[in-house]
Order: sequence, then structure tokens, then C-alpha cells
Amino acid sequence: MSAPVTTSRAEDAATAGERRRRRRPGRQKGIAGNALWFWIFVGPFVLGLLVFSYLPIIWSLVLSFFEAYNTATPSKFVGLQNYIDMLKDHNFLSSLGTFTIFAVFIVPLTFILSLALALLVNQVKIARAFFRSVFFLPTACSYVVASLIWRLSIFNGVRFGLANTILGWFGIDNIAWLSTVSPPWYWLPIVTVRLWLQLGFYMILFIAGLQRISPTLYEAAYVDGAKPGWQVFRYITLPQLRATSIAVLILNLIAAYQAFDEFYNLIGNVNYARPPLVYLYGISLGSIQDLGHGSAGALILAVIIMIVTLLQARIFGFGKAGD
Amino acid sequence: MPAHVPNAGLTRRDLLKRTGGLAALAAFTAACGGNTGRPSSGGGSGGSKVNLSQWYHQYGETGTQQAATKYAKAYTDANVSVQWTPGDYGTKLSSGLLSNKGPDVFESQLNIGMVKSNQVVALDDIMADVKDDFQPGDLATNTVDGKIYGIRMIVDPQVIYYKKSLLDKAGIKPPETIDDLISAAKELTTNKVKGLFVGNDGGLALGGPALWSSGGTYLTDDHKPGFTGARAAQAFGKLHELYASKSILLGSPTDWTDPSAINQGLAAMQWIGMWAVPGMQKALGDDLGVFAFPALDAQGKPAVYSGGWTQFVSAKSANVDAAKKFVKWLWIDQSADQEDWCLNYGFHIPPRKSLAAKASKLQSGVAAETVKLTADYGHTDNPAWTPKMGTAFTDLLTNVIKKGADPAAEISKAEKTVNTELSRLFG
Repeated sequence: MSAPVTTSRAEDAATAGERRRRRRPGRQKGIAGNALWFWIFVGPFVLGLLVFSYLPIIWSLVLSFFEAYNTATPSKFVGLQNYIDMLKDHNFLSSLGTFTIFAVFIVPLTFILSLALALLVNQVKIARAFFRSVFFLPTACSYVVASLIWRLSIFNGVRFGLANTILGWFGIDNIAWLSTVSPPWYWLPIVTVRLWLQLGFYMILFIAGLQRISPTLYEAAYVDGAKPGWQVFRYITLPQLRATSIAVLILNLIAAYQAFDEFYNLIGNVNYARPPLVYLYGISLGSIQDLGHGSAGALILAVIIMIVTLLQARIFGFGKAGD
Repeated sequence: MPAHVPNAGLTRRDLLKRTGGLAALAAFTAACGGNTGRPSSGGGSGGSKVNLSQWYHQYGETGTQQAATKYAKAYTDANVSVQWTPGDYGTKLSSGLLSNKGPDVFESQLNIGMVKSNQVVALDDIMADVKDDFQPGDLATNTVDGKIYGIRMIVDPQVIYYKKSLLDKAGIKPPETIDDLISAAKELTTNKVKGLFVGNDGGLALGGPALWSSGGTYLTDDHKPGFTGARAAQAFGKLHELYASKSILLGSPTDWTDPSAINQGLAAMQWIGMWAVPGMQKALGDDLGVFAFPALDAQGKPAVYSGGWTQFVSAKSANVDAAKKFVKWLWIDQSADQEDWCLNYGFHIPPRKSLAAKASKLQSGVAAETVKLTADYGHTDNPAWTPKMGTAFTDLLTNVIKKGADPAAEISKAEKTVNTELSRLFG
């Protein structure tokens, strides 16, 4: 089946080439010309990727085998010692624990809430574009700005903070949201700021998924006597959203691994709630300037993210034919 | 549509325009990348003046940036450009010092790592004549292996300021022991005002003073951990007691370095530096008193953290000699500028004895009391205490103060890290 198609395309290409040559006599635009344009367009981005992504990764790999305090051009080779130190470092391990707690909150919450939001917005009959934009708008806000608003206005610990004002109406004492470790109230601002910022984005993904579901499926379900509501959602909508759901989960988990801004700006580099990136930033780029251990930690983290993503893709079957 | 129609909507002219735009963008970004805040050319002795870049963190008081620029402009032997850095100065400086694109002259605090990795140059030659005019502590904090690496610019004592009227009303005397402080904080707490503000982190800034008040030190003179005794553990435990007393202010919109909390009546007492005295006097008038961090108990001593900023010359500078000359001019010869810097914006103690003696603004009221407390109970940083040790110490404090962990167990954890660092540095 596929062979004739290839042939016909090749023929197509050949005849089109003929036409072009006939139209523009004397102008030969062969493979060399195409390659030139390819590099003109792609070149700057490839260069950027090389210089700003691959080179630092390679350099980081080099640094991870050296003792590199206050220098990016170290001379003392230490082999795997930095890796061993990092794997024994209880702060690094506990930062992985912090991330796990964060992911346990944020991934399911984002998934359920953005799906719910998508279903609601998709069913709205009037001003649908308006609602879609309203919920999507926070995505455009920076994490740093949102964190500052959360820290200074909504969740500050004094009586004139928004959250404490509301609690005050019910006669509840002020809560120092970001400074209280038992109970760990700081999770509330940390989780809510990310929800506010990213729900809209995942909602849009789900809406796109919902709009791809053929209405005939719902009609058929109706004819077969499926009750609208839960039954239709469970047996039609959710299975049809499988590809979108998996994408949302994977993107969400990777985004959670990369958590930095809201932690750094809301509570700073504190040992009871710092995700891996905040800890590694503190070691290598903060005052400590220990680039060797920092690089080793970053590479360990990269390997963990890779393994988890691959596992997740394997379990959910992401990228399988038909998705 | 067949796949091979090349960019149907794009004419050759369009393409040229767009690639031209791309090239312009590339040139623009390249130019941006080159802007490091450092003057464009480095060397140059033949007639033209040398360019120097001087880095400051952002001082909170108005007028400081203009003053820094004014001093730099007045220097005639080189073109000095001032880079004023809001936000995370430490991180920016650290990366600046990794390459020769960083500052020639900068302010910071010395730690031995800067000397070991050859980031700063020794300034003994320019300090030789005026060494005796500096307080011994301010020299010691900038000395490694007998060489002086920095010139103290300002001394910033950190103590507890309080609203006299509130303590008088409650019939409380300034606390003499940590227990007094805890009970005073409790008594002064109402549903509107908290007793004490020591920072939104729950009092990490008090770790050093509490240690000193118990008779301990960060490191002993022979480079051993000095924070491991039972009395130190007791002092850290007291900080937890203070935190758990529900009488300290947490979650304030500004942190302890800013006087807003005490000025706005959010707390009755606040741990803060003398730099904020003008700001507090403006808001509170004479209703302001001061005391040092109180002694742990009868065997302890009150403690004042004598912090501050120091001027250094980067070893990676292309013009080390010119940079040293400028630093000597500004921070040794120009005593009028030094006085202006120390006294006309925030209050700082001039590190030069000769200047401190004539600083009339520091000779009355709480400022004079703070100066006296600093002379009696001041402690400066030990340059052998590296940031990595500092982080281990902060983790210890966080676990003890906020989580109520066992101080002795946390001390031995921090001790391990500190010992690893010490053996890396001193063998």
C-alpha cells in the first residue's frame, strides 16, 4: 500500500520540479540551495541550543568530576566523589522528599481542577471565549510577580493580610502562613499560587481534547441509553481524552520537578521545604559557590527526571500508535 | 497541497527582509550579552585614564546611591563607574568574580574561600600607615594568614531596639537574660502587637548572638568548631522557646533589616541594625530604647553582632594597581567622604577610631548607647567561617528553632559538615 504512494509523491515532486525549471529558466535551485536555506533558518536556533543548553550541560558534566569552589575552570580531579557526597547528603535527599510531597499535591489537583474547569467552560453557552480567556489569563503572569502578591498581600502573617482579614471576621487568630512549620501552612500558598498560574493552561489543553471528541459518539451513547452526566463522562469523555490526559500528567510532573520560583520567592532557601532546584542553586550559584557538588546534583536530578518520565510513558503508553 | 511547494506565501524579498531582521536581532542580542556593567576598555596607561568598575549592594537609605556615584566621579586618576545592585547582590557578585568581566573594586564580607581561590588581593601596603586607626575586630575579620584583604567601610551593630512607652506601661525593664527576653516578649504581646520581631524566619539572625551569649564562638582560634558545648545547645534551645512562645511577629511584609515592623506598631521590640536608627527616630521620636542580645544566664555575657561592609580589590581585575589606588583614595584618604557615608544616610559606626571619635551624631541618644554596647560586647565575623559552614549552622538553627529538634543532635550534624570544611581548608 505504501510503495505506490511514495512513487506517486516522487513523481509529483519530479513534475513540479520540471514545472519550476521551465518557469524560471537558468535558475537552478537544487539540494544545495535548500540546505543553505535550511541552515539560515535553523542555524541560529541550533547555535542557541548548542551554546546555551548543550555546552553548559557538557561543562556541568566536566565540573561534576572536579573540586570546583569559586571557579568554573577547576584543576583538582576528584572522580566520582561529588556524586557519592550528593547521594549521601541528607539535605539533597530531603529536597527530593520535598519535591515528592509537592508533586503529590500539585499533580492530581491540577489534573482534576483543570479538567473540571475545561468541562464547565466547554458547556457554557454564552461568552465562552470570555471565560476561556479569563481562566487562561493567569498563565501570562510571571511566577515571581505572583509569588510576591501571594507573600506580601494575600498570605502575609499580619492582621491586614487578605487571608488573615477573612479569618479575622470569624474571630480566628492571625496565622503566619509562610513561617509556620507545624502545621505546615506554607504548603497552602505554595500550592495555590501554582494552581492559579497553571490551571488555565492545562484547561486549554483539555478543551482542545474535548473539542476533538466526535459528537456522534455522544449521540450513539444517547441512543444506547447512556445517562447523561457521570456515565457519559466515565465511558465516553474520559477514555477519549486519554492522550490529552497523559500529556497533561507528564508535563505537570516535569513542571513540578522544575519548581523553583515560587519556593524561592515565598519561603527562600529553607531546609524544611526546598525542592531540589532551590537546594542545588544554593550550593552552586548562591554564596557557597560549590560548582562541583552542584553539577553532580543537577546531573543526578536530570537522570531521575528521565527515568520517571520514561517509566510514566511506559505505564500510560504515551506516544503509542493511535494516540 | 503537495509537500514540495516551497513557502508559497514568501517572496524572495520577504525572505531577505526577514533574514536581515534576524541578523539585526542577533547583533542586538550579542551587544546585550556584552553589557556587563563594566566600562568598555580595560587597560591603557599611555595618557588615557583607566576604567574601573565598582560594585555596591543596594543600600536601603535614600541618597546612598547618589553619594556613591558622587565619590566615584570626584576621583580624577581613573574613570570609576558605580554599579548599584538591587536584589541578590551576593549571587551576582559570586558569578562576577568567576571571570574578569566582574568588578575591579567591590564591597562584601571576607571568607577564606575568596583568598584560597584567589579572588581578592592583599592590601597590606596601602593599609600599613593607618592600620592602628582601625578597631582590632575590624582588622581581624579581614585578615587571613596575617595578610589584610579588605578595608572596613562601615560597622553595622545589630541589637534590639524597643518602644520605651510599651515597656514602661507594662512595667518591664530591658531584659538581662534570655529568659527575661522571652517573658518580656510574652507580656508585651496583645492581639494587635507582638512582643518581638526577629525576622520572618523565626530568629535565624539570633543564632550567632545566642551562641556568643552562652560563651561559645563559631570557631576557636585553632580552627575547631566552637558551637558544640552544652551551653550552646541550651542557648539554641532558648531560641526555640522564644519562637514557640507565640510572642514573636512572623510573616511581616518587610523583614527584620527594615524598621517598618516596629515603626508601624506590629511589634514592641525588634532585632535590627543601627543603620535604621534615623528611620526609627523619624517615626517614633524619643520613644526608642536599645539593649544588646541578653546573656544566656548569670555566667553569660550580652552580645552584639558587629557586622558591616568591607571594600575589596578583585584579583581578576585588569588594573589591580589602579584599583588599589582608588580604594586607598576613597576609603583611607577621603575622610570627609567616609564620614558622609557613615552618618548622613543610615547610621553606621565609622571603622576608623579617629573618625568615630568625632562623629557627633553618634554621641547622644540610642545611637550613643548602641556604640557603647558594641564596644563592650561586639563580635565580628571569623573569616575562616565559610558559607558552607554557615549553611550547616542555619540548618541547625532552623531545625531547632522551628521544628523543636534536639539541639545536641543537630549540633553534631552541623559539626560534621564544619569539620569536613575545616579539613578541606586547613588539612
